[in-house]
Amino acid sequence: MASFKVNKTIAEINERIRQGKAVVLNAEEMTEAVRRMGKEKAAREIDVVTTGTFSPMCSSGLLFNIGQQDPPTLKTAKVWMNDVPAYAGLAAVDSYLGATEPTEDDPLNKVYPGRFKYGGGHVIEDLVRGKAVHLRAEAYGTDCYPRKSLDKKITLSELPYAHLLNPRNCYQNYNAAVNLTSRIIYTYMGPLKPNLRNVNFATAGRISPLFNDPLFRTIGLGTRIFLGGGTGYVLGAGTQHVAAPKRTERGLPLSPAGTLMLKGDLKGMNPRYLRGLSFLGYGCSLAVGVGIPIPILNEEIAWFTGVDDSDIQMPVKDYGHDYPNCLPRVIQHVTYEDLKSGEVEIMGKKVETVPMTSYPLSLEVANTLKSWIEKGEFLLTEPVELLPSA
Amino acid sequence: MSEQQTKVYRKNIHLTFPPEISGKPIVSDLVRRYDLTVNILKAQITPRKEGYLTLEISGVEDNCLKGIAYLREQDVTVTDVSQRISRDEESCMHCGMCTAICPTSALAMDLEKRLVVFDKERCTACGLCTRVCPVGAMNVEVENGGL
Repeated sequence: MASFKVNKTIAEINERIRQGKAVVLNAEEMTEAVRRMGKEKAAREIDVVTTGTFSPMCSSGLLFNIGQQDPPTLKTAKVWMNDVPAYAGLAAVDSYLGATEPTEDDPLNKVYPGRFKYGGGHVIEDLVRGKAVHLRAEAYGTDCYPRKSLDKKITLSELPYAHLLNPRNCYQNYNAAVNLTSRIIYTYMGPLKPNLRNVNFATAGRISPLFNDPLFRTIGLGTRIFLGGGTGYVLGAGTQHVAAPKRTERGLPLSPAGTLMLKGDLKGMNPRYLRGLSFLGYGCSLAVGVGIPIPILNEEIAWFTGVDDSDIQMPVKDYGHDYPNCLPRVIQHVTYEDLKSGEVEIMGKKVETVPMTSYPLSLEVANTLKSWIEKGEFLLTEPVELLPSA
Repeated sequence: MSEQQTKVYRKNIHLTFPPEISGKPIVSDLVRRYDLTVNILKAQITPRKEGYLTLEISGVEDNCLKGIAYLREQDVTVTDVSQRISRDEESCMHCGMCTAICPTSALAMDLEKRLVVFDKERCTACGLCTRVCPVGAMNVEVENGGL
């Protein structure tokens, strides 16, 4: 175990939050603070750093239970919400609605590029907005569950249980996407013009949660977080979590690496931070606002949260040919600072940069979480098990 | 020709031609009579012979205004392009995706504030952003009532 000059516990920090004495900075302010006072002094003075991101996160969805609406009883075999199919292969009236599931009769890419106007992400947004959605279910009928169909309008407040359950969110670093082919392509990274004319990137940089705790010293199963404007929890590593990527000397991965599985009660969420998305030519998705508090337990964690945009190296990948063919080539790395400047040089050519993550909303998430903690409304939790990392 | 060297005046306008005149070479008069430079951004003639034209005109301000007045005399309906497109400010997330395809940079990132700025004066109402915006925040008025 490394020994530190500053040693604080989450219990101590929580006591200060309860007394209204905790010093909380957002991750932008922390970068300046660490630069100004050094990591040790920053670790003594600052208790919590709040991070935030608001970005398309395709691997998201809703786990919900519709209850037994009207007699006779029902065991759903097929379920739709506003004609978007949900997965119903669970006990009686449980279903899971994925964010990327399009409406059943969506023309998809038959007329290319498809519009994907409505899907699972939009259903989730509509529910949070308090709108009634059209619930439809079919069943084969059993002795204990005789009902064979259900067709009614339902609102979020009428659902006995509705939790956002996201298998993979908050990617730690991600590819910056370009297109080296001679025709425009429409991807989950947005439209990419031919012949390397734009580079699209997604992250909130130095305020992004997993850049502030790159080796997962504080984030793990049970970490309480801001999720979609409400409260949620980290359930552990997300799918495709890479524990041991190549890292910079600061511990920041050079490729897409850590991911989180998240869960939270949809009933406490805010549609400002959960937006259904339609990606031209690609499909439906959901933009999710996630904010994670980092307790500053020692000077090492203070130093990690001092990360700046210039420290973040993002891999540039060709989505025209390499990506669809599983070719691992990284054209080069560019820093997030350079990507933010509006133009970067790639393969000797000046290329326009296009963000996909809303920076103002990401910062708003971090600041909202900050105000919750300052008001004593949000306490930190001790993780039960940290995420795998090397 | 008067030599008053004023700043070049530039404007994006949308023209609607009724069927009776959609075949006439009216736009060339803007060049010949009013010494204007015209840049055709979008042109369409429907099966019912109605004509639609999005133009960028530039030249001396006085001549531009006279040219627009001339178009109106010829029964051409002239509207500002900026009146045909709008952004739902409540809905826009300021992600920046639209800046990838906007051909005139009417939609561009404010690099300091990280907000997407929409400069209506540069917009040609091409409508590309309405298809790319992931939350459908951009709206463009469509010709022929959407048909």
